[in-house]
Amino acid sequence: MSFLKISNLSVDYKMRKETVYAAKNINIEVNRGEILGLVGESGSGKSTIANAVINLIDEPGKISTGTIKLGDLDINKDTSKILNYRGKKIGLIFQDPQTSLNPILTIGEQLIETIQTHINISKEEAKKRSIDLLKEVGIKDAENRFDNYPHQFSGGMRQRVVISLALCCEPELLIADEPTTALDVSIQSQILDLIKKLTRERNLAVILITHDMGVIAETTNRVAVMKNGNLVEVGPTKEVLTKPKEIYTKSLVSSVPPTDKKITRFIIIEKENKTEKETNLKILNRWTKKRLTEQDLVQVKNLSKSFDDNFFTENSKNSVIAVNDVSFDIKEGESFGLVGESGSGKSTIAKMIVNLYKPSSGDVFFDNVCITKIKRNSEMMNFRKQIQMIFQDPYSSLNGRLKVKDIVSEPIKLHNPSISRIDLDNYISDLLESVELTQSSSERYPHEFSGGQRQRISIARALATQPRLLICDEPTSALDVSIQAQILNLLKDLQEQLNLTILFISHDLPVVRQMCDRIGVLKDGKLCEISNTEELFHKPQNEYTKELLHLMPKIESIYN
Amino acid sequence: MLQVGNNLTSTWARIKDSDIYHSFIKSPTAIISSSILIIIFFCSFFVELVTPYNPFDPSSLSLMDAFTPPSWTEDGLAKFILGTDGQGRDMLATILYGSRISLIVGFAAILFSLILGVSLGLTAGYFGGKYEMIVMRLTDVQLTVPSILMALLVDGIARGIISREMHDEMAIYVLIFAIGISEWPQFARVSRAATLVEKNKDYVSASTIIGVSNLIIMFKHILPNILRPVLVIGTIGLALAIIAEATLSFLGVGVPPTTPSLGTLIRLGNDFLFSGEWWITFFPAIFLVILAFSINLLGDWMRDTLNPRLKK
Repeated sequence: MSFLKISNLSVDYKMRKETVYAAKNINIEVNRGEILGLVGESGSGKSTIANAVINLIDEPGKISTGTIKLGDLDINKDTSKILNYRGKKIGLIFQDPQTSLNPILTIGEQLIETIQTHINISKEEAKKRSIDLLKEVGIKDAENRFDNYPHQFSGGMRQRVVISLALCCEPELLIADEPTTALDVSIQSQILDLIKKLTRERNLAVILITHDMGVIAETTNRVAVMKNGNLVEVGPTKEVLTKPKEIYTKSLVSSVPPTDKKITRFIIIEKENKTEKETNLKILNRWTKKRLTEQDLVQVKNLSKSFDDNFFTENSKNSVIAVNDVSFDIKEGESFGLVGESGSGKSTIAKMIVNLYKPSSGDVFFDNVCITKIKRNSEMMNFRKQIQMIFQDPYSSLNGRLKVKDIVSEPIKLHNPSISRIDLDNYISDLLESVELTQSSSERYPHEFSGGQRQRISIARALATQPRLLICDEPTSALDVSIQAQILNLLKDLQEQLNLTILFISHDLPVVRQMCDRIGVLKDGKLCEISNTEELFHKPQNEYTKELLHLMPKIESIYN
Repeated sequence: MLQVGNNLTSTWARIKDSDIYHSFIKSPTAIISSSILIIIFFCSFFVELVTPYNPFDPSSLSLMDAFTPPSWTEDGLAKFILGTDGQGRDMLATILYGSRISLIVGFAAILFSLILGVSLGLTAGYFGGKYEMIVMRLTDVQLTVPSILMALLVDGIARGIISREMHDEMAIYVLIFAIGISEWPQFARVSRAATLVEKNKDYVSASTIIGVSNLIIMFKHILPNILRPVLVIGTIGLALAIIAEATLSFLGVGVPPTTPSLGTLIRLGNDFLFSGEWWITFFPAIFLVILAFSINLLGDWMRDTLNPRLKK
């Protein structure tokens, strides 16, 4: 008899135009002492199931069929009892530790409040219990930190506090909704270890929701794969990942960038039936292809950037050093990767190369010209054309008020004002073809496209000026893993055909491994190590690099 | 031609499909207030078609008709529904002619302050630095001066520099300027705040990297994205501007009595209030209340619909 039993669960949202099924006929069981991974792309219904279990589905959604049994309790029949269960028997951990704690209460007050809501004990006992809990989740000096406010903790520590809150009434079921997505790799592995340890020691039943296959492979006992509200496959993690039965699971597994080897292309299973696309892109006719030389296209020399956080005083004591004395160079036609955790200065470097920020000191040379010292606008335009950038968030990188054709034509018209209408239309359609979008896209607005398609529009816009250097700032980190594989394939194809030089910025080591020839590792604004990709992964020199490589979740760990 | 027709139907289909249309259909307040406004706008701007009387044509007036009470009272006449004033002018016609002036002044004043405020706020938010500081301190100073006082001040200065005959002609422009100049800080603040949000989005960076000039980034890319909140405060500001106009005219510094607006009518009727001819001041006043109230209700609905953060 399993502890949590979800049978035949369907959740639907009645919208104005149609009814959306967020979950359809889901059957899942979770036992005590077991971690069940729920994996799927965004919108696949992972969080809906979690919300159904705690009976917190937002209007206008409702559970249309099915039962959820927690032990003996039928959750959606007996809604009056769920209040006693939520927080007590069921503990919750959310994605963002910044927002799941109340900033104006000390963590102690929040713990005591939660404990006293559910358990009838005195304040002193509750306090004692809270301190024990904080110790259990690994917060040092718990007696003193008890009276601290959430902002006095780091992101990882805050997530530990959230976990202690979830555990404070000794729940039997723990639901963790993307608990490590907002955290850096090094902290992610600590939190996952903690969840594993607690599951073992407290004999918890855990539902771990994530989109990261590496996390699934390293943490869970069983895994359920979801797509569009349907349960595709469920089974022991090792079996599902190594011998997937369904086509969707197969394509999901093959889209995950392997951490232990470099592959030339991602295999996209769902697309295999389609005809091979033509290898010659039409935009090549317009492209003045650069011959590959051994020359450096970009040289970054002793680049530093500090941000003053004080408006009135100009002393540099308060300034934050984002980039500190960074030097590297990129050869023509090469793809160079910059890796680092959040706040390591990756994006700041990119913004200095495209001249969005002025460096505090140091220079950037492009084609042997120092572009950070250019004053004249007309001179700068020449370089603007040659350096283009793709951004992380596909939802904010396109102006929602413009049609796709207007977005793509803006750079063309700006750099070639005399272009004829027919030529312009042809160029736009060639560009759309090169990023594998249909011709009819040009008349539509960005909000009609998915994240991956928007990222393609972004790429088309960047290619419009025929750049030599393409800077990709976390181009796939907002995308689902199968979409990520498609976009990475596209970038590889484009680079091959157009001889692009790429600066690829990411926090995701496996992705960088697949994309880059050479990699630079950044930490706190300083460059720790630069070496060839394979060398870096096999023989890392720097301690920090070693740690990063050791900690990254590996899907291959399932084979061991 | 066919293409135009197609475009029109598809635009209409898009409107019918939009969330704004559906929220409008579902909100009785929005429907009622906008219907009232449409009726008022139509009757005011096409007043010649609505009523046979022209209160400004002395030959059509008869002093015999003066002080006729509304038609439903004992001494009322059917041809003067809302009665007449001391010169025998039909109240309904006078109110509609008056509201035309009030609306023109209100719209023009709000347009003036919108253009001024949005250009200052947009550029301040976009460029930042010392320029932003100067503009924003200027709005702070402006906000410390009550708008009526500001308008009185402007009017006083205008009277000082323009001759008396000229002043009656210029009065309406002075009024528009006076009200407009006291409303712009609202627009400047809102558009600056929205610009600060928009300018950090990647589409602005992308345009900069492409090489698009600041002017085009501001007006082609950022401006359409900040218009929603501006439109909302613009609507509510319109009601304020109409009331401000009425207040100034009531105080006697607005439009001259020869071309009376709603405020002027209320002031003129005020003299007769205690001698029993209540309708001369009551109907313009109630008309003003309905007008301002409907605009405010519509503005509230717009704020709720256009601002996703307030949506439930």
